Amino acid sequence: MTQDDLTIADPKMKAQGVDVFYGDKQAINNVSIDVGTDLVTAFIGPSGCGKSTFLRSLNRMNDTVASAKVTGRIELDGEDIYAPSMDVVQLRARVGMVFQKPNPFPKSIYDNVGYGPRIHGLAPTKADLDVIVERALVRAGLWDEVKDRLLESGTALSGGQQQRLCIARAIAVDPEVILMDEPCSALDPIATAKIEELIHELRGKYAIVIVTHNMQQAARVSQRTAFFHLGTLVEYGKTTDIFTNPKQERTKDYITGRYG
Amino acid sequence: MTFNAAALLLLIAGLALIGWIAGRQRSNLLAGRAGTKLHSRPQYHGWYVALWLFAPAALFLAVWSSVSPGLITNEVLTDEAAQSLPSFGFERGAILSDARSVALDKQDAVRLPAAAPLVQPYADAAHKYAWIGIAAMLALALAGGLYAFTRIKPDFRARTRVERIVMAVLLLASLVAILTTFGIVLSLLFESIRFFQLVSPLELLFGTNWAPQSGAPQPDTFGGIPLFWGTVLIGAIIAMIVAIPIGMMTAVYLTQYAAPVVRRWVKPILEILAGVPTVVYGYFAALTVAPALRNFAVLIGVPNASTESALAAGIVMGVMIIPFVSSMADDSINAVPQAMRDGSLALGATPNETIRQVLIPAALPGVMGGILLAVSRAIGETMIVVMAAGLSANLTANPFASVTTVTAQIVKLLTGDQEFDSAKTLAAFALGLVLFVVTLLLNIAALRIVKKYREAYE
Repeated sequence: MTQDDLTIADPKMKAQGVDVFYGDKQAINNVSIDVGTDLVTAFIGPSGCGKSTFLRSLNRMNDTVASAKVTGRIELDGEDIYAPSMDVVQLRARVGMVFQKPNPFPKSIYDNVGYGPRIHGLAPTKADLDVIVERALVRAGLWDEVKDRLLESGTALSGGQQQRLCIARAIAVDPEVILMDEPCSALDPIATAKIEELIHELRGKYAIVIVTHNMQQAARVSQRTAFFHLGTLVEYGKTTDIFTNPKQERTKDYITGRYG
Repeated sequence: MTFNAAALLLLIAGLALIGWIAGRQRSNLLAGRAGTKLHSRPQYHGWYVALWLFAPAALFLAVWSSVSPGLITNEVLTDEAAQSLPSFGFERGAILSDARSVALDKQDAVRLPAAAPLVQPYADAAHKYAWIGIAAMLALALAGGLYAFTRIKPDFRARTRVERIVMAVLLLASLVAILTTFGIVLSLLFESIRFFQLVSPLELLFGTNWAPQSGAPQPDTFGGIPLFWGTVLIGAIIAMIVAIPIGMMTAVYLTQYAAPVVRRWVKPILEILAGVPTVVYGYFAALTVAPALRNFAVLIGVPNASTESALAAGIVMGVMIIPFVSSMADDSINAVPQAMRDGSLALGATPNETIRQVLIPAALPGVMGGILLAVSRAIGETMIVVMAAGLSANLTANPFASVTTVTAQIVKLLTGDQEFDSAKTLAAFALGLVLFVVTLLLNIAALRIVKKYREAYE
């Protein structure tokens, strides 16, 4: 299995020497990492270690924080995403994001999923949009549950359904990468299991990066794991290696529950 | 010796201070004994004594101050010198008050000869009742103080008692505003009922001719429709056409685009604008905007353009309302969770698309509530319309024409010399009632909408 080799020949995203500052405070220190096209990459580490901050710099969501500053180089298909020529709107259409707390818009289920395709002009006609919405909901494993009530409000769904709706919303604009920021932390175990199953199914169609607190979850869903601690990338490797044979002492301590 | 309520209040306050010290001292003494532990700290015992001393006496003082003049007058009337007084009416009252003024040293000599024999009986009666009042008050104060003083024991719960009294005082204070409003509504209601006995409510609500005359009500002169239309045209249509877009755009700019520095300056300035007295806006409307609009209207050939126009009043009222709308919209947009905004931006929406398609729809209920509150303020606004909209009751959709509003007519009906029981004057109360009911309903609707919306995000 070549894709499980540690070296990634053709990385989807490539970060080199990335620093992130919030005002004077440095949140990320010199992180370099490759994200594989057909892989699920998990970022693990204790609270405040910078894993979410780093994730948010991959689609420039840190731009919305006035004091945030990113240096170093992050590439998407070899293109610098912080270059002046990069259109952040286009970038976010290619690198979608799912948040910690489900955040459906106060619109109908249909309009939630149709929002992205509409603003990007992906669906010239209503029929096209119907197809996109259905495909996204099917992929997100939500279609059977909501197909008879597409016009009901997205906020009326359960927490797990809302999160899958948010995933469908991200899928609908046909991104190349999906970033997930602790997508299950607000969900119960059954809803969590469904999301994990969904991540398995989405693997290969999109490059997926998931931040998680839950090490079992990282072990279950990912092929690559990066361990962050105090703003630095301590260890990055195959998930099986990280969990069974960590090279760094700090990784080992964290995996075995010594801290964090 | 006269009855001086202020001095007496000071006296019992002094007594209360003594009671406070005594109560504290006594509980300190009790606490000094071996084996005793006070339930409440000494100053609560002091307060307990002081309150018992002060409150009943002060209450008596208040009642006595309002009752004793009547008692004194009754006493004077039994005097034989009073038998020659006219039996009732204005003259009798004037003579009595003349005698009272001299007796209480407010006046050097009587102005009416008939009052002279009453001065001495008046002074005697005043003297007598002053002593009765002071004696009763002091007795009450001492009785209260002693009662409280004897109750001081180590395990006496003085603190809970004092706190209960304080709570009662606070409750009373909060009731004052509510009860006063209630009283105002009742008086409005009673005067309106008197009006509706003269003129049918249907005429007021649906009649189209407004030309109230003094004297007996003429048929078909109390039609309120021109007034209601003028109010709606100025307050709910023209003012809102100005205030809603500008207020919303202000809010969007301040919440989404403005640098923190700009926001820190602009938002307080807007809030200060909301506090400018409306009469200042009225001058602006009458002296600057209205003439300019008239010239403009003449220029574009509007027939019979007037210097008093609905447009001038409405535009200036809209400007007045802008801070109100923008502040409500600002709060509503800010209340939309950041996650919603992030969710939209993360899909590759531009800030503009995010505002138009996510933030404003999500904030809309709150914004609507704010707009309803603004409308209710606008239709109750008086000074601007009095100064700029005019007083002629025209039923017209021409914004350059002079129209009048409910509030402007109320001012017109109640100012100047008016007999207080004519239909013309009473009409002001009926109009006030209509205005009150409408603004009340608008406020209730607005608050319900805002509340419901707040719950949705918490």
